[in-house]
Amino acid sequence: MKASTSHSINVSSSTENLREVRNFVQKFVQQIDLNNNDLDEIILAVDEAYTNIIKHAYNNDPNHNVKIELGISTDTLWVRLSDTGSHFNADEYQPPDLLKRIKNKQRGGMGVYLINKLMDSVEYSSAGKTNTILMRKRV
Amino acid sequence: MMKHFTITKRQEEHIAILEINGELDAHTAFQLEQQFKTLIETEAYHIIVNCSNLEYIASAGLGVFMAYIEDIRNLGGDIKLSNMTDGVYHVFDLLGFPSLYDIHRDESEALSSFKNQK
Repeated sequence: MKASTSHSINVSSSTENLREVRNFVQKFVQQIDLNNNDLDEIILAVDEAYTNIIKHAYNNDPNHNVKIELGISTDTLWVRLSDTGSHFNADEYQPPDLLKRIKNKQRGGMGVYLINKLMDSVEYSSAGKTNTILMRKRV
Repeated sequence: MMKHFTITKRQEEHIAILEINGELDAHTAFQLEQQFKTLIETEAYHIIVNCSNLEYIASAGLGVFMAYIEDIRNLGGDIKLSNMTDGVYHVFDLLGFPSLYDIHRDESEALSSFKNQK
């Protein structure tokens, strides 16, 4: 495993790019000796984080930018997504009750929950106009 | 872009079978949503979603199942899922779907379960 490498991509805020984003993550992660389960979980976590930025930070407006950086240091893979849209308040987040959501025909809200399950640590921060989600997974 | 996700529809007696193929994410989820809407409009409430060629699912895809299951069950039907790969099942499992959805190993098991309910 390489001691410290990183990779980044800038994409516009459109779900059209989801596949490209997943391919970017896959290409980077495949360079590391990872089991397929970890690979799938990291790809899904990035997909969910990117989708949340499109929907919530940018309100589905495709004319914005999302920066995605991926890196590995010793035994931890990290991913950072940055946007300049609305800030996500992680303190107000409540884990979803699936049964209640089904009864109320609600969808969404599952992405953050999934990210928390898939990754070992998740941090949200804001500096100036930039919001960042930093996710880490021990590999 | 559309080619990353396709749906093939079949009918077996009164049961509609949707084979979903490819990658179901926030970009492609509306295609499945359209399909459920059409089925409800045509009063086809007994639905099996065969996931054997579903390579990937994100929560936007699961959201479609969440949005329609209650209506379809209230109309006397169900959405049953079958033939999931281990990877796809893992995502359903992480979100607690197995306790609320009828998930079968294969399509014939899902069909029998509908037929036994009649």
